[in-house]
Amino acid sequence: MSDAVISAKGLKKLYGRTPAVDGIDLTVQRGEIFGLLGPNGAGKTTTILMLLGLTEADEGKIEVAGFDPMREPLEVKRHVGYLPDSVGFYDNLTAEENLLYTARLAGIPRGEIVQRLGEAMNRVGLAEVAKQKVGTYSRGMRQRLGLAEVIMKKAAIAILDEPTSGLDPQATFELLDMIRGLKAGNVTVLISSHLLDRVQAVCDRVALFNLGKIALEGTVAELSHKVLGGGYSVEIEAIVPNLPALANRINGVQRVSETGANKYHVIAARDVRAELGQAITTAGGSLLRLDHVEPSLDTIYRHYFEGQHGTA
Amino acid sequence: MAQRRGSVWTGCGTVFLKEFADHLGSGRMRVLEWLVLLTGIGAVYTAIQDLKTTTSQDPFLFLRLFTDSHDPLPSFMAVLGFLIPLVAIGLGFDTVNGEFNRRTMSRILAQPVYRDALLLGKFFAGLATLAVALVTLWLLIIGLGLLTLGVPPTGEEVLRGVAFLIVSLAYGGLWLGVAMLCSVVFRAAATSALVALGLWLLMSVLWPLLSRFMTEAIFPTTPLTLLTGPSYQQIVFQQTLARISPNTLFGESLLGLLHPSTRALGPVFMDQLEGAVLGNPLPLGQSLLLVWPQVTSLIAGVIVLFVAAYVIFQRQEVRA
Repeated sequence: MSDAVISAKGLKKLYGRTPAVDGIDLTVQRGEIFGLLGPNGAGKTTTILMLLGLTEADEGKIEVAGFDPMREPLEVKRHVGYLPDSVGFYDNLTAEENLLYTARLAGIPRGEIVQRLGEAMNRVGLAEVAKQKVGTYSRGMRQRLGLAEVIMKKAAIAILDEPTSGLDPQATFELLDMIRGLKAGNVTVLISSHLLDRVQAVCDRVALFNLGKIALEGTVAELSHKVLGGGYSVEIEAIVPNLPALANRINGVQRVSETGANKYHVIAARDVRAELGQAITTAGGSLLRLDHVEPSLDTIYRHYFEGQHGTA
Repeated sequence: MAQRRGSVWTGCGTVFLKEFADHLGSGRMRVLEWLVLLTGIGAVYTAIQDLKTTTSQDPFLFLRLFTDSHDPLPSFMAVLGFLIPLVAIGLGFDTVNGEFNRRTMSRILAQPVYRDALLLGKFFAGLATLAVALVTLWLLIIGLGLLTLGVPPTGEEVLRGVAFLIVSLAYGGLWLGVAMLCSVVFRAAATSALVALGLWLLMSVLWPLLSRFMTEAIFPTTPLTLLTGPSYQQIVFQQTLARISPNTLFGESLLGLLHPSTRALGPVFMDQLEGAVLGNPLPLGQSLLLVWPQVTSLIAGVIVLFVAAYVIFQRQEVRA
């Protein structure tokens, strides 16, 4: 018996004649951080809205926290905290008043509201500005306030739609850190983003969306294995004539590409670092750098779609 | 399709309280209230000046505070007929599209509440705000009357006054419904306000003229009709047409309620007047019966508009 908190089967949604989501199967296990990744307009937000019962699915079955969002949306929403894409607040109210309103709507018991609100504001680092009007908040602060709302709700599932879009690197880093904190609190997190690399760092598993379908699904390592073949990827910086020829002689090397002056990228089926180093030094070259790199989702994604177009 | 589970009313009270607080504290509301207050007090004040000099024996002295006019100011009743819609539109034109534009809609709807609760809460908050404003105004006028006229109102006058309040609230609710419908249909707040205000001008200023022109187009004036006057059909047709405008309905209801001597709101035949003591006031029950169709039409209008807004809102996509 698997411990799935979100499961969707054959999900379909049409806007007019064009399918926004075209037959998606999705399972998210308890306590994992799952990433819905893909370009804008790939159907991520629509999928999320269907999971929340905010929009009706044309086909398919969904179960979130054991409830059907079409029939029992209130129960689903009680168990799910949602941070929408470019979240908005009432600018004329203070941050505290904003959260107070949603706390009451969420049905948090009256006696607990103040305490839970204070805790949430502390965790996102907004406790000192809690009495300021949201109109004075920066974009990063608004995102954090949105996250505070999810934390305050103490939901078992948190769905975050593009939480890092429009944030500067520092704010992104802080926000991702808070999302890791959610996982530590045993919350299942579903996170959508078009910024593959940034989100890759926090996700246990990802699904790559394209044109309303899930193109790939699994851990980053699994995906790289599937798409890049070997999945062992080495970066080399060395001054040596004709490195590709040298590398290709080594057993297991599948692909060598030049990424810059004296810089190369090698994909292999196994760890070939020792042999590579040896080959370079015996050829009389000087080895400047030799690194095993976790393949980035960006690379996987690009390779995958290049492959698709190649066969099409 | 299987039925939804969970109460429609969950969260309705919370939405109501928040919106009510917003309305009462908003600058917009303060401006509108001053507008009504100043025009209203002006109208009543001139009415009092007149009352003091002309009458002492009228049994319904207090009601005349609402109905008497003195050039150049219209009566308080007319002022309300004109300004209540403005206040209602001011309260309602951005109820739904405002949430979309602030991008708060999806966040609110992600809480365990149905859209029904959101719309109902907002509607009742608008209605309650109108009620507070109207009751305040009403009490102020009664107070002003007590101070300047020196006579307390009779029980029947108070009852008629309360009926007047209820009708005004229904009238305000109707325009609130118009404004909310516009706020659901149009995504831009400015468009919604413009359309609602356009409708208000059409109904309060243009419609009386239009209904007369349309009647004349259908029943053209001939030398015969010049002699005999308009036919019965013509009068009924014009009146029916005029009653499409809520302003007409409101005006007629107030006429029946605040002028107790009003006996009919449509054409009356001579034989129907046989034995009638003209100019004598009707008892309250009879006056209520007289304006009953008008009042029910106003309330029915509120319900129809709300349902229309509700149906469209339910079908709207959450993502902006």
